[in-house]
Amino acid sequence: MPLAIDSLAIQAPGDAPLFAPVTLSVDAGTVTTVMGPSGVGKTTLLHAIAGHLPAGFELTGHITLNGRPLNGLPAEQRRIGMMFQEAGLFPHLSVGDNLAFGLHATVRGRRARSQAVDRALAAAGLEGMGERDPATLSGGQRARAALMQSLLAEPEAILLDEPFSRLDQALRTGIRTFVLDHIRARSIPALLVTHDPADAEAAGGPVIPLGEVAAVNT
Amino acid sequence: MKNVRRTGLRALIIAVLIGPVLLGVAQTLSAAFGWLPALGERTIGLAPWRTLLDQPGLATSVQLTLWTGISATVIGFALAFGLVASLHGRAMGRSLMPWLAPFLAAPHAAIAIGLAFVLAPSGWLLRLLAAPLDLTHPPAWALVGDPLGIGLILGLLVKEVPFLALIMTASLSHLPVRRWLIQARSLGYTPAATWLRVVLPMMWPQIRLPTLIVLSYALSNVDMALILGPANPPVLAVTVLRAYTAPELSSLLTAGAGAALQAIGVLITFAGVWAFERLIGVIGRTRLRRGRRGRLSGVALGLAQALNPILLGMASAAIAALAVWSVTWRWSWPKPLPEQLSMAAWQQPGDSWIGPLGHSLLFAGVTTALALMLAIAWLETEQRRGASLLAGILYLPLLLPQIGFLPGLQFGFLQLGIGPGLLAVGWAHLLFVFPYVLLVLVGPWRGYDPLLSRQAASLGAGPLRRLFRVKLPVLLAPVLAAGAIGVAVSIAQYLPTLIMGGGRINTLTTEAVSLASGADRRITAVYAILQMLIPVAAYGIAIIAPMLRGRRHRLLREPRYATGD
Amino acid sequence: MTLLVGLAIGLATPASAQTGDTSGTDWEQTLREAQGQTVYWNAWAGDQRTNAFIQWVGEQTEARFDVAIRHVKLSDTAEAVTRVVTEKAAGRDENGSVDLLWINGPNFLSMKEQDLLHGPFVRDLPNSRYLDLSRGSANTTDFTVPTEGLESPWRLARFVFNYDTARVDNPPRTMPALLEWAQANPGRFTHPHPDNFMGATFLKQALIELTPDPAVLQEPVENADFASATAPLWDWYDAIQPHLWRGGETYPSNESEQQRLVNDGAVDIGLSFDPASTAAAIKQGLLPPTARVLIPAAGSIGNVSFVAIPYNARHTAGARVVANFLISPRAQARMQNIEVLGAFSVLDFERLSDSQRARFEALPDAPALPTREALGKTLPEPHPSWMTRLIETWAQRYTR
Repeated sequence: MPLAIDSLAIQAPGDAPLFAPVTLSVDAGTVTTVMGPSGVGKTTLLHAIAGHLPAGFELTGHITLNGRPLNGLPAEQRRIGMMFQEAGLFPHLSVGDNLAFGLHATVRGRRARSQAVDRALAAAGLEGMGERDPATLSGGQRARAALMQSLLAEPEAILLDEPFSRLDQALRTGIRTFVLDHIRARSIPALLVTHDPADAEAAGGPVIPLGEVAAVNT
Repeated sequence: MKNVRRTGLRALIIAVLIGPVLLGVAQTLSAAFGWLPALGERTIGLAPWRTLLDQPGLATSVQLTLWTGISATVIGFALAFGLVASLHGRAMGRSLMPWLAPFLAAPHAAIAIGLAFVLAPSGWLLRLLAAPLDLTHPPAWALVGDPLGIGLILGLLVKEVPFLALIMTASLSHLPVRRWLIQARSLGYTPAATWLRVVLPMMWPQIRLPTLIVLSYALSNVDMALILGPANPPVLAVTVLRAYTAPELSSLLTAGAGAALQAIGVLITFAGVWAFERLIGVIGRTRLRRGRRGRLSGVALGLAQALNPILLGMASAAIAALAVWSVTWRWSWPKPLPEQLSMAAWQQPGDSWIGPLGHSLLFAGVTTALALMLAIAWLETEQRRGASLLAGILYLPLLLPQIGFLPGLQFGFLQLGIGPGLLAVGWAHLLFVFPYVLLVLVGPWRGYDPLLSRQAASLGAGPLRRLFRVKLPVLLAPVLAAGAIGVAVSIAQYLPTLIMGGGRINTLTTEAVSLASGADRRITAVYAILQMLIPVAAYGIAIIAPMLRGRRHRLLREPRYATGD
Repeated sequence: MTLLVGLAIGLATPASAQTGDTSGTDWEQTLREAQGQTVYWNAWAGDQRTNAFIQWVGEQTEARFDVAIRHVKLSDTAEAVTRVVTEKAAGRDENGSVDLLWINGPNFLSMKEQDLLHGPFVRDLPNSRYLDLSRGSANTTDFTVPTEGLESPWRLARFVFNYDTARVDNPPRTMPALLEWAQANPGRFTHPHPDNFMGATFLKQALIELTPDPAVLQEPVENADFASATAPLWDWYDAIQPHLWRGGETYPSNESEQQRLVNDGAVDIGLSFDPASTAAAIKQGLLPPTARVLIPAAGSIGNVSFVAIPYNARHTAGARVVANFLISPRAQARMQNIEVLGAFSVLDFERLSDSQRARFEALPDAPALPTREALGKTLPEPHPSWMTRLIETWAQRYTR
């Protein structure tokens, strides 16, 4: 299985476990949705998978990606992309440089790199906007650019942390389709965290409820 | 009407704080070109410059000044950045301030004296190593007064790293650093590479001014250079001070030219910073487009992180050395510890440290209170837009080298009938205390949630009540921090006290510096410790008082170190 | 207390009788004027014992004459000279900030030439009757410059070396011997930077010992052939410099710092302008008990420290009262006490009464304190212009 999570549990410093141990696997090209009430630790779960747990948190269980065990590996070596609620572009870089920042280093040569960035811009419907300041983009444009930044790094999996929740209803459907289509086209496993059932439906993959420890035991 | 009053108040603040600087600069420049009519010098020309340039060792002085000032600033910046990056998100990073406070609070002179006690050939370090290394005499090399100025650079670093680290930490509180780290790491960048490529460029605009202040200070300080710097020749600022205090009349003109040279030097390095900033912008962007994940960044940052404990350990040893020497009777070389202890140094005839202590407390108290009042008045009358250039001029006293305008200012004050004395010294202290206080308060004032005041207003509170019952209590922590920094700045002033007081006003600092070149380390240590205790106490209050209050009001706990998720 | 004041005024009366002028009544006038004044005494403060002595003088004058002293601590006397110069430049011809100034040599010459001094006043001081004020005496000549009553003496200074007998067996007593010693013991000798008074004095002592004809040093340097007079000095210095502490790359900033080096064992020989300083430093734990004074075989430079009153002083009367008290046998005897300061008195012992002399004879002794006789010949200071040229030339030759 490309992304496999086996009885993963997380304990905050000096606190009870966040949620009941999670076991799941995600196929390439599948978008699996994790749903649960707010505050249950959905974001923490994603951070644990991607390797961003703050110091002091304890993790048990196993994470593997395409057969590689990820436990203990630094985040930058896991090859897991992330997309956030607020589309995170670096404010000190232009849109194009943001994408170049993401673009994998194996793409060599100035021309090749700038062409790759231009192609990604075009794919995101952002032709000619490479020089723009990210702050001048609309919410939808930012979300598309952020996805492109993540994908240019050639991740082996991608985690989506309620990436559509900040978008207004009119935009949401379009962006969601755009993002999900691109991820499926890459045929990499994706894990979507949301509390919007419409997101889960659009994702089309399995839906896994994340519950509090006591609730799961029943 | 309200507008007129506001403009009037702001104009007054500028006149009180910037007027003297301009007066000093004008007098200094006119002296540099031979115009000092009151002294009978009316030959406008380049004669003072020629005399200055003919001074033996001047070229070495200038080189030394640039070398020590620039390298101290560059290394200090790197170390502070390494410290902040390595502590970010850790429990210790959240309480960085208490750890750095003693070094931040300690006056430059006290740190310099303590470092000299440790690093000199006969210092503590070599006393400890004498037996293992089998030394019979203190070796003839040294890190104090060495021709390369290494001792001076180390001294400057001890003071600059905590200051810059604190400023950097404060600027980080406005940036979503954790999110950036996650995002960049998910793109395959190491944390170190992220700090250098993402966080640093975002942080720089906010820390540029403090960095320039540090640079100006490093290029022009006198007290540390007197204690730790080379002597033959010394750095330019000390050369200028010597010319200023020489008995011959004409050397006042030479001093004017030297002061102008010092100011020009500082301005040129500022231009260098500007050019470097542009250059890094271009190079950095090109490199960044290549998308290399930069494993070297880790090495660079790791090196900076590794040096911090050494530096802070040395600074701690310096403070410990002061404490030990102050209660020593006899401690001959190469004993690792004193042979005989005594409180004699604390019990000098007539308790001669009482007077200087009183002066120090007086200046620190009065100028800090005044500076706080003026700074709050300035911030409260600020309109959101268009004030930045005007605000920038308030930092002029920190950006210009002190030696560049104080001699001229003393002369200008005399002509206005303000002789050397308490008023002149207090005013000069205020010139330097105010901008630091403002620097600390600006961020919190801008970050203050205006909803709180609006809500208070809708509950019927007038402007004063809103300020004193809502805003100031909410901002208590930064106000106390600004006060502590004000006290530390005032206590540390050497040159303003010396020059504006005409030598008649003795503070702990002037005494400590003049004793530092004397025979008696024990008495020097007493002054250095007293000099350090006042600002450390002020910092203690600034740290502890909000913490005690924070226990009762969770929401007032500063959100600035929160990790942001 | 009144008794003491009466006594002091009583002591003052015979002076006027002796000199035959009206200074007695003038002096009473001065004492009245001085009452309640605070004298800002600007004095080099690098020596704690001197500072303590100045404090004692202040306590005495306050109790006896109601004149308080505020010691304005200088790290260099030139600071105070500059202040008076600046005040004059700014037109402040009255109520100046300096009332009394510890001064001599080039600073005195500078102020005298610029008419920055009050006086002559020395002969108006009742206690001046204990001084030898004859023409050309040490009390009326400051670095060959006639004082003309513009400054009043208070302490004697003599150039001496010191060393630790535990470390050095056969210390050199002449400049050529010092060179040989330094060559044999590289890095074990240094001197304060010549920008400092003590460093300059060391160069002058060397010059007097090495120059072909010391007499020319008494004339202004313009009248002499500086190059040939100083050539032997520079030859000698070129030879010794590489063997100085830290290769002559840096120098202690003053004699106190050098004393610290001796105490630490970083160098073996120190120098001082005060023959009693070694004994005093031992007592204070600042030198090992085995330290002793080393007097140059051919004699050494000596001079007198003076106090002067700037022309624009605010408290002239008070300053005169302090200057007068400083040359009282009581103050001078206390000053010469090794347990207090140990500086030699400027008084002419011939002019003292038996009981006054007894004060001095009763003073305690210390092993490291040389007798007046052991100090040998006093060499006169060169004209101040020599010092200026020496410092300049040294800086040109040895500053990189």
